[in-house]
Amino acid sequence: MTKSSLSFVRRDMLAPQSAPVTERGAVKWLRENLFSSIGNSVLTILGLLVLFWIVQASLPWLLNGVWQANSLGECRTIIAATAGEGASGACWAMIAQRWNQFMFGFYPKTDYWRPILSFALMFVALTPVLYYGLRRAAMLMVGTVGVLAVLSLALVQTDGWHDALVAAVMLGLFAVAAIMPKKLVWVTLVFPAVGFFLLWGGSVWGPVGTLFGFGIWVAIWLVLQSRLGVVVPAAIGLVAASLWWLVLQTSVTTALHGIAPLGLTAIDSDQFGGFLLAFVIGVTAISASLPIGILLALGRQSDMLLIKTLSVGFIEFVRGVPLITMLFTASLLLQYFLPPRTNFDLILRVIILVSLFASAYIAEVIRGGLAALPRGQYEAADALGLDYWQAQRLIIMPQALKISIPGIVSSFIGLFKDTTLVALVGLADPLQGITKIVRADIAWKGIYWEPFIFVGAIFFLFCFGMSRYSMYLERKLKTDHR
Amino acid sequence: MALAADTPKDSFRLSMLIYDTRFRAITIQVIVLILVLLGIGWLVNNTIENLAAKDKDINFSFLFSRAGYDIDQQLIPYTNDSTHGRALVIGLLNTLVVAFFACIFATLIGVFAGVLRLSKNWLVGRLMTVYVEVFRNVPLLLWILLAFVIFSETMPEPKDFKTTQAMVDAGTTPAAQMILFDSVAITNRGTNIPAPLLERPLGGTEAFGVPINFSVLATLLVIAGSIWVNYLVRRRAKAVQEDTGIRPVTWWKSLLILIAPTLALLIAMGFHLEVPAFPMGENGVSKGFNFVGGINVAHSFTALLIALSLYHGTYIAEAVRSGILAISRGQTEAAYALGLRPGRTMSLIILPQALRVIIPPLISQFLNITKNTTLGVAISYLDLKGTLGGITLNQTGRELECMLLMMLIYLILSLLISSGMNVYNTAVKLKER
Repeated sequence: MTKSSLSFVRRDMLAPQSAPVTERGAVKWLRENLFSSIGNSVLTILGLLVLFWIVQASLPWLLNGVWQANSLGECRTIIAATAGEGASGACWAMIAQRWNQFMFGFYPKTDYWRPILSFALMFVALTPVLYYGLRRAAMLMVGTVGVLAVLSLALVQTDGWHDALVAAVMLGLFAVAAIMPKKLVWVTLVFPAVGFFLLWGGSVWGPVGTLFGFGIWVAIWLVLQSRLGVVVPAAIGLVAASLWWLVLQTSVTTALHGIAPLGLTAIDSDQFGGFLLAFVIGVTAISASLPIGILLALGRQSDMLLIKTLSVGFIEFVRGVPLITMLFTASLLLQYFLPPRTNFDLILRVIILVSLFASAYIAEVIRGGLAALPRGQYEAADALGLDYWQAQRLIIMPQALKISIPGIVSSFIGLFKDTTLVALVGLADPLQGITKIVRADIAWKGIYWEPFIFVGAIFFLFCFGMSRYSMYLERKLKTDHR
Repeated sequence: MALAADTPKDSFRLSMLIYDTRFRAITIQVIVLILVLLGIGWLVNNTIENLAAKDKDINFSFLFSRAGYDIDQQLIPYTNDSTHGRALVIGLLNTLVVAFFACIFATLIGVFAGVLRLSKNWLVGRLMTVYVEVFRNVPLLLWILLAFVIFSETMPEPKDFKTTQAMVDAGTTPAAQMILFDSVAITNRGTNIPAPLLERPLGGTEAFGVPINFSVLATLLVIAGSIWVNYLVRRRAKAVQEDTGIRPVTWWKSLLILIAPTLALLIAMGFHLEVPAFPMGENGVSKGFNFVGGINVAHSFTALLIALSLYHGTYIAEAVRSGILAISRGQTEAAYALGLRPGRTMSLIILPQALRVIIPPLISQFLNITKNTTLGVAISYLDLKGTLGGITLNQTGRELECMLLMMLIYLILSLLISSGMNVYNTAVKLKER
């Protein structure tokens, strides 16, 4: 090839140019994400129309909202005065006025410090479960909850000395968290009794007696465990504790109450209501249903035919009937199945049946987790010489529970949402019970969007929060495929 | 010298019941059995004592006595003179009908939202995410109550649809208008929809107190027959394709077979729709107080249907989304490499695999829909819970019998649905060794 055959050779580099305008910045993003094809463009335009329609319908209504009024009529007058005749507007004043009822139902106003303190203690009790022995996390949690509790107490206006009491309790717990965070576990252990005592009131000796029964159980187990293994001392302890609970406790606590009548005003169950009720039922049922669900799942996996049959029968029965029938069983049928003249609290009955209901679903979720474990894990545990409970506790459950976190949390979310159904057996839940009462009030007759949006927003906040937390937990615990 | 084959003769000690794994399982099971029997005995004994104390017995004869209450929505004839047993059947049918339609609508909404959530379109994807998260994280009861309140408190009264003399004179129209080409009117008392009517019905008969309508039966038979013939045509087309490699064109045959016979039958029977309307007086002035003709659908049904469909639609959307995401991208690429077009790839490669993942949660959602129809009790929808577990229970005072019967019926329903699911699961399970 000769030199002359080359007609043109570039001797200097071209200056770099920026990408064409359709391939960069917002235009590129729009093209790729909204208008990539004709179908996509049509979808985008339809989506914009829907969005526009929603905003147009709701934005003026939200912006014209009124926060200070005493009745729906007054709200409408204010809206007509400020936004012009015929304008629509939300009447949030209803929420401002009925806030306490939505939160506490008919709980006596002077005793609001009790649910607030027990709600705060619940988070303190949760702290060791979530961050065992982590000083900073425990301090942060207890401190935040304490400040929030005192603030919310100041907002619902109770008298000074209960504020001081709550502040002192929270301060003390903060000190415990700061000095020996591991000791907070004791709060977790006694919280069920303390929470019950705070919420329902009555004599202090009842919950103390119940706790004492558990104390007997643990003491017998600790003493005999070294000689007799795990199962037998547990059974002996249970028998002893049951003897205490069924035979001795009532007379002893009555006597003690006669000597030292300590206690709080007793609150009837029909005074519970609003989100207080939803939380009491939700939290108790959630914490009770997880251990029962684990036991049921293990029973379903068991080699023992009888145990397996019983577990399968229970799980399939509960999953086959609607929750409402269980609730009506609690309110109508339980009186037939219990000894004559026993009549215990409706909330307690509902909690028991809701827990059993949820535990069947959780059992199925955990069974999925157990089934996902490779067979080798079980065999490795056997090869190490671990017995059944050790293998479950150290090898199987940590992995199976980790796999089933999303399912467990979505069961919890379902359970929390289902607490609204207790309205159908006559309890004043925030949705049906309290909203009905508010809407029956002559001042607020005809209001419907505001209470439903308010209650829905709070449920959304908690359920969405739980589902996001479970996603975070799932990512945090993911140890494989990094 | 002792041989190795000689097993040491250990005598049986009592402690072996607990510490020897050969016996421990039996010990535990015997103890559990005794406890369970004791527990059952205790419950039964309590029940007998309680029943005796209240002077009651277990007796299902109330099912054959007069019910004495009315039910708005009834699929088979029922009056307040009918028995409680018949009220139970009406309730069960109401449960099933709302569950059936809710399953269909929830599936449609769910597939729509699930596919759109995966769409490359950013805006539509976000809108669908918002829909799914909002509806999923708020109790179903709220949606039911809200839908019911909106229908029964914001919709116009029937009289707002009337044309008065003053309106005719002034040339104006009534305050409220019917929708969907003047065929549907939503009032605060219910939704009036057109009723399908036949001029020349085929008659009917009654068997075991259940009316059998020959016209409906004939239509169903013809539809089933056309589906079967269509299946034959498609099978033949497939055989031809296997033989020759060329698939005969079938779409127009299928269309004809599926539509023509049913259409012919309906025309022969004189099918027409009766549109609800006010009776017309002179010069276009309406008379009467409410709509005449058509079917009045109670708001409790509509609200329950809408709420169930929207709420469970979100769960189905998630199932569809995860089903499609579960199929690895390599499957699509392999199909393209084989030269399949996108439509065929979807129908032959992706869908059959995705359905295996989608169908089980879908069916469990159907189960949940069926169980959640009981929430209709909050808006007085008379389903099984409303009739048997509601009014019948309160009237007769037989809590034990009513609740047991109701639980049994729900249990049978769910076992039927879940056994259907098991059959499907075994059919599509990956056959691997």
